[in-house]
Amino acid sequence: MDYFATVATLIVIQAIAACGLNVIVGYAGQISLGHAAFFGIGAYASAMLTTKAGLTFWQALPAALLITMLLGFLLGLPSLRVREDFLAITTIGINFIVEAVFIYTPFFGGALGIGGIPRVVVMGGRLGNNQFLALCLVFLVLSLALCRQFARAWAGLACFAVREDETAASSMGISPVRAKLSAFVLGTGMAGLAGTLYAHYARFISAGDFGFPVSISIMSMVVLGGMGTLFGPLLGAMIIGILPEIFRPLIDYRMFIYSVLLLLMIRFQPGGLLGDSSLVVGLLKSLKKLVKPKNIANPREIGGDGDV
Amino acid sequence: MLLDVSGLSIAYKGLEALHGVSLHIEEGELVSVIGANGAGKTTLLQSLIGWQQPSGGIVSFNGRDITGERSHIRARLGIRIVPEKARVFTRLTVHENLMMGAYGMSGRREKMAVRDSLRRLYSLFPVLERRSGQLASTLSGGEQQQLSIARACISAPKLLLVDEVSMGLMPILVDQVFELLAQLNREEGLTILLVEQNALASLKISHRAYVLETGDIVLEGEADRMLNDERIREAYLGI
Ligand SMILES: Nc1ncnc2c1ncn2[C@@H]1O[C@H](COP(=O)(O)OP(=O)(O)OP(=O)(O)O)[C@@H](O)[C@H]1O
Ligand SMILES: [Mg+2]
Repeated sequence: MDYFATVATLIVIQAIAACGLNVIVGYAGQISLGHAAFFGIGAYASAMLTTKAGLTFWQALPAALLITMLLGFLLGLPSLRVREDFLAITTIGINFIVEAVFIYTPFFGGALGIGGIPRVVVMGGRLGNNQFLALCLVFLVLSLALCRQFARAWAGLACFAVREDETAASSMGISPVRAKLSAFVLGTGMAGLAGTLYAHYARFISAGDFGFPVSISIMSMVVLGGMGTLFGPLLGAMIIGILPEIFRPLIDYRMFIYSVLLLLMIRFQPGGLLGDSSLVVGLLKSLKKLVKPKNIANPREIGGDGDV
Repeated sequence: MLLDVSGLSIAYKGLEALHGVSLHIEEGELVSVIGANGAGKTTLLQSLIGWQQPSGGIVSFNGRDITGERSHIRARLGIRIVPEKARVFTRLTVHENLMMGAYGMSGRREKMAVRDSLRRLYSLFPVLERRSGQLASTLSGGEQQQLSIARACISAPKLLLVDEVSMGLMPILVDQVFELLAQLNREEGLTILLVEQNALASLKISHRAYVLETGDIVLEGEADRMLNDERIREAYLGI
């Protein structure tokens, strides 16, 4: 079942990155089109720290997270301070610049990338494929728990308020810049986590793994599954991860299909598959009603999509 | 003096909406600004909460110059607004909307105070308690207006700015809301700046009033005297 583990691990890793993007796009309403840059920064940081500095995965992980979040803070701050939607444009720029830095700097292995990244070791034993999948699943669950916690904390509520009416939110003592930045840094941190896991999964990385198309595919996962829902990004990652495995011949048209999918979703199901007013959720609701016709629940909870 | 505004000018894309407005509010006062449509009342309140940057003039609050402060800083200093058209967060629940009004209140005493005002506001606006778990988008216009008032009051502000609160409320509720404002002012010493089309109702509960006409203050004085002023009666009270 190595094939299964290989595909499943990649999906779980991408789901973690998608959860991070969902915090930025779904919770805070900020469009980031360069999420793969932070995915890449996490991967390169961890790859460098383990291959060049001789750290273990467990030592490199917190350092890689810190580096990614710090860069997220520094790169996000200037564009989030501007009121207009600058972030969408600057993040595209960031993605291309980061990719170029990885390709053209010999320090980062240049076009050859970085190889020989060690396997993860737990209690003296190297993790096999299935065990590594289990580890990634643990991190996915932690990420989902973190998202849920964030959505319920002041910081998350502030993001929802800013997403809906920045001006009104500011008159309640909420600093819009701070709310957006907190979401952006948390989201990039989760991209960094996904990147770190990816480096130790692929064990050989190069700049191309973190290009702009990857950002688009992560965005597709979030939009498809449902922006601002808890489990939407996971569902989106599963669908987008499994489809190419089933339709191998279509793999060359991937970007085209994602783009069409994105447009169709935005046109017909802007809330995503798990969002409000989605076909899937509507179907689930009617099923629920059939099963429990008398249960008049709080309308907010019927959707079953958890947080906002 | 709690609020001191002098020479305040606001321009929209070069077109001036306020031409050097000066006004002041003492602590504990309830002051009205009345004026026709387009006189600049909303513009004035928006500049006081920090949504509009002035092109000239000085605003000071509690002796502190806040002319250039952003709105979240003003909110933390204790200025809150019930904006024109309510502006509730439609994708949050009623309860979450109220919690946003209490954003950042974290100490134990603050939390207790929030719980107390929540209870008081719920008894004042029972519909909010009944709908507390519901999305604010499902409220009617008048109910959203109530939510907006409650959201602004929950943090026990020092200065409450109120923009056309009577809009969209049924007459009995208008009376109740004005009574509530008067009561908050009387019993808790809440300072209120009230902007209203409904000049009669607002003058009745106010201590003082200003008349704004196309961006200029043309008259100011005791509210009682204004109620009896011939010009005011003709122009704004329709008597
Ligand atoms: N965003 C804006 N851009 C340009 N002009 C504006 C804007 N907002 C208001 N104005 C103009 O500024 C002037 C004052 O408007 P304001 O909304 O403050 O009036 P108001 O006294 O609140 O009126 P109303 O009683 O109708 O609410 C008006 O001439 C209006 O057209
Ligand atoms: Mg107005």
